[in-house]
Order: sequence, then C-alpha cells, then structure tokens
Amino acid sequence: MDYFLTEEQQMLRELARTIAVEKIAPIAAELDEKEIFPRELLQVMADSDLFRVFVPEEYGGLGMGAMGNCLVMEEISKACAGVAVTYAASGLGICPLLLFGSEEQKEKYLPALASGEKLAAFALTEAEAGSDAANIRTTATADGDEFILNGTKQWITNGGEADVYIVIAMTDKAKGVRGASAFIVEKGTPGFSFGKKEKKMGIRASATSELIFEDCRIPRENLLGRRGTGYIVAMRTLDRTRPGVGAQAVGIAQGAMEVALRYARERVQFGQPISSFQAIQHMLADMATQIEAARALVYSAARFIDSGAKEFSKEASMAKLFASDTAMKVTVDAVQIMGGSGYMRDYPVEKMMRDAKITQIYEGTNQIQRNVIALELIKESVKQ
Amino acid sequence: MRIIVCIKQVPDTAEVKINRETNTLIREGVPSIINPFDLHALEEGIRIREKHGGTVTALTMGPAQAGEALREAVALGADDAVLLSDRAFAGADTLATAYTLAKAAEKIGFDLILCGRQAIDGDTAQVGPGMAECLAIPHVTCIRRLAVTETEKFRVERMTDDGYETLEVKGPALFTVIREINTPRLPSLRGMLRAKKMAFEPWTAATINAEAERIGLSGSPTWVVKVFNPPLPDGQGEVWQGDSAENAAKLIAVLRERQFV
Repeated sequence: MDYFLTEEQQMLRELARTIAVEKIAPIAAELDEKEIFPRELLQVMADSDLFRVFVPEEYGGLGMGAMGNCLVMEEISKACAGVAVTYAASGLGICPLLLFGSEEQKEKYLPALASGEKLAAFALTEAEAGSDAANIRTTATADGDEFILNGTKQWITNGGEADVYIVIAMTDKAKGVRGASAFIVEKGTPGFSFGKKEKKMGIRASATSELIFEDCRIPRENLLGRRGTGYIVAMRTLDRTRPGVGAQAVGIAQGAMEVALRYARERVQFGQPISSFQAIQHMLADMATQIEAARALVYSAARFIDSGAKEFSKEASMAKLFASDTAMKVTVDAVQIMGGSGYMRDYPVEKMMRDAKITQIYEGTNQIQRNVIALELIKESVKQ
Repeated sequence: MRIIVCIKQVPDTAEVKINRETNTLIREGVPSIINPFDLHALEEGIRIREKHGGTVTALTMGPAQAGEALREAVALGADDAVLLSDRAFAGADTLATAYTLAKAAEKIGFDLILCGRQAIDGDTAQVGPGMAECLAIPHVTCIRRLAVTETEKFRVERMTDDGYETLEVKGPALFTVIREINTPRLPSLRGMLRAKKMAFEPWTAATINAEAERIGLSGSPTWVVKVFNPPLPDGQGEVWQGDSAENAAKLIAVLRERQFV
C-alpha cells in the first residue's frame, strides 16, 4: 500500500530501516535476554539525527512531526520494541517542552535533546495513580525562589538513564485537577534519586524505574507552563504521542507477521509447506489486513495532528487502541503459526508477543482510550 | 586540514552474475554502490576532520550517474564533492584515471588524500599510487591506522605480508586504506537532506587543464580486452587416509616443496 510519503519521509523511513536491520535486529535477542540498556544503539540513532525528528528546526531539529515520529517508531519496532520505546520516551519528555516551554527553557534543553546528547523522560504515574492520574501524591511546595519536590514516581521509562525529566506534581492539593503542575528536573539534582530497575515481561532493553524525590529543591524557573496546568500538560502531551505508540504496535505486528510468513513457507508437514493450508492462509490474511488497517489509522491520526488540528484526542486514542490490540492479536497468532518453534526463545516471535502486551497498557490503558473516545463522541454529538 | 577522498561508483559485485556462455559479467540491472574500500577512506577522512578540523571533499571520475555516489558521500558527512565527467575521460585505464584525478586534486588543493585500497570491479589497486606519483607526493598503501602527530606529520600503520609496520610521513601525502581501519558510519538525516539539494556541475578536461593525450582512451597504454571467469582446473585431488599427525607433516612437506610456505 502506498501512503504517498514525501521524499523526505521516504528518506527518513529508509534510514530508520537501515539502522533497524543492520544495527538493531542482530542484537535484539541479546538485549532482551540480558536486559541491556541500548546506549550504543541510541548513539547510532543520534548520529543519524533520529532524535531531531520530533524537534522544530529553530531548536536544532528537523521538524518532521508526528508522522516522522511514527515512521521511525514503526521501523525500529520491527527490530526491537524495547529500543523503540527508549527512543519514544525521550520524545515523550521533549513534547511538554515543545508545547509549554518558555523560550529560555526551550533554548536551554532542546538542542541537547535534539542531538541525542541527552535523553528525556516523562513522569506522571505513581503507585496510587495509574489510570487515576489525578490521584498523584508527589508534592511540589513553593519556597522562595525554589520548589521542593517530595514523593515517588513509578514505572518511568528511561528512569535512571535520562538526563531531563518532566515531572507532574501537586502544587495545590485543595484544587484537585487544577492543583498539579509540571516541572523540569535534571538528573543529579540533590534529593532526586532512582529506585530499582523493574523486571518486565517484555521491552526488556528499556529501563523502567522509580523516581524518588526527597526534599528535592529545583529553581522556580523549572516550572513548566503555568502553575496548576499539570494535567493539561500531561493530556496534551499524551494526545500527541499516542499515535507513536500505535506505530510501535504496527511495527511489532509487521515484524511478527513477516517472521511467521517466512516460517510457514519453509516448514513442511504432511508433505507440504504449511503455508499451503487454508487454516494458516486465513490466519495470515487476517493478520495482514488488520496490520494494514492499523497502519492506515495511525498515519491518518499523525497527519491530522501535523495538519495543525486543534483537537485530536479521539483520533490519537483510536490509533493507539486499535494498533495495540492488533499487535497483541497478531503476535499471538504468529506464535501459533510457528507452533512449538514459536514458543522457543531461539525464535523472535515469543519476544514480540511479550513486547506487544505493554502497548495495550501504557500511555493510557486501552480501557482509558475507550473512555476518551466515547467522551469525545458524546461531546461532538452534543455540539450537533 | 584539506582532505580529499577519492571514491568510485562500482556495480555491487556481490550481485553480479556471470554469463555462462560468454563468461563475462552481466552488468544490467545491477545496483551501483560506492566502492566499499572508499567508504572506509571517507569515514577516516571525516574522523580526521572531526578531530583536527578542516574540510572533506569527495572526488570521483565517472559518467553523470556517478553524482549519486557523491550525494551518498555528502549524506555520510563530506562537506562537498567534485564530479569529473567528460566524454574525453572515457576509456581511461588506471594511468589516465590517476592523472585526471591528480589534476583535479591540484585544482582543489589538499593536505591529505585518502583512497580505498582497490576498487572491487577492477581490483588493480593502482590508481592511488598513480595519483601520488603524478602529484609527486609520498604515499603509503594498505594502511590500517592513521594519526596526525603534534608536528603535523602523519603516522600510519601499513599492512605487509608478515604483519604491520609503522611509518611517519610528511604531508601533503596520499594513503590507501584497508577495511580494518574503521567501521564506516551510517548516513545522517541532515546529511541526506543537504545532499538532496546539491547539484554537481561536472568538471571537464578544460576545467582541470588536462593534456588531451594523457586522458581517456588516448592516455591509456593498457586497455581491457576481456573480463572472464577462467575455466576451473581439471586436476584430480588426492585423498590421504590414516594418521592425522603423519598427514600433517606430509602436507607441510608438500607445501614447502611447492613453495607455498
């Protein structure tokens, strides 16, 4: 299917594909087995300017938008979803700076993030605040020209490895949803430490850990956006990055389907390649069709965002929801097509199945995505 | 430091097949690539620039489509590129090619010239040394390491039949590189976008003030008559059974006798 990419988008995709095939795929199994953080691969991606994709040209980026991000995510995820999420999570930290940062903040942080010299991360989730994001307990108390942060963030991607963290904390508990604010916290700030690195089912190359704030003092200038707009910062950011998760899911699914298809052509049972059996053919047909539908939805959402649309929560959530459900189904089927071999760690599909699961959970569970979509539908219906 | 890297666009010989009837190469439909050794030379040039400053200019002689190879070189990090393209250059053997490249290098100006050890289609390894001789500058072939010393000389490690030797060379100089010297980087997006916008105005024989009788076919004392796959030898092999240690000793004796070792 031709998606009529511009010449620059095609170049970007080709480059991401070359990196994925030549540099990432050969070591994906080892990264997963040993839970190795892919520092060297991130350097290769940085040297090829992939971190510049999210950032506008004025700050050292290439301004390739949500669509550019999706193209990179899809290609990298075909090789390893763990490396892909590490890249994406830096984008998740860059996004609030782009949307709500002051000129000084943008000039201070974006160039090093765009060059890949530094990594970013985004910290909202806590032990008592997953889907119930409004239930965060981390506080930021104003004290002269500083804020003091206290609390713990949980399951933060790039935790411990990133240099720049966007942290959502309560500044006015009494104000409920309007009582949270976003802050920029740098690694190495006294009172900011990291908890253990989590042991995960999948995306094992990525680092996931707790962030611990104990009387952590940050300058007042590190408030991101206006005080009290913490949830707006978070929601607007997630709207922009959800299609990227969709693209990750599409990449995982595509990778799994290609492996299963190749296997089905080579595996002979009952005197024939199993790809000649209708049962297998129908599975492959359904997998390919769903992947294409997911891809089309993800690209449409990304292009819609890049067109300058003001409201796109519904489209972004649809892309993330549909693509992640597709990835889970496709990877399970890929293991099934490969039978016993699919279950063995010698083959890549069991990893892809373990990797796919998280796409249905993070950046808003698929249940939350359905909430978002339904509320947008009702809102639109009321307007008519 | 002004660095020139010579590159050649070649058919991807990994993809080339032999026409069984004529025993010649089938070139149609074979993708063109930058000669792999030249990628290592380009990578080394870029590293030297990153460390010591300066510019890297990619230089190639070929038909108009060789511009694609130059575009790739810019995407990899070369600052600019020169395309030598003129009907008068056609049919050049290594001597004429070396002369033509040398005249261009003179015009560009340089402190260091880097070449790949050999091209994977011709495999002569003659153009680098030929260029250096034309330019009357020192050259070292088959280097696996290159450094610039504090006294602005070059220190190189050169591969020999039994190992490596270290040499110090006063610039300007030319070196041909082998694969061990580095791992070439991948292109960067900014490089690719820059390269896309570049147009390469071809340099002709007039541009470089070339003497007509030293370029192209007229400047070539040698020419390619035929490229073919030699027929495989017919001989019978020998099979030795029995004790491995005895056979090993026997093998060494035979190899010595035939002067293979």
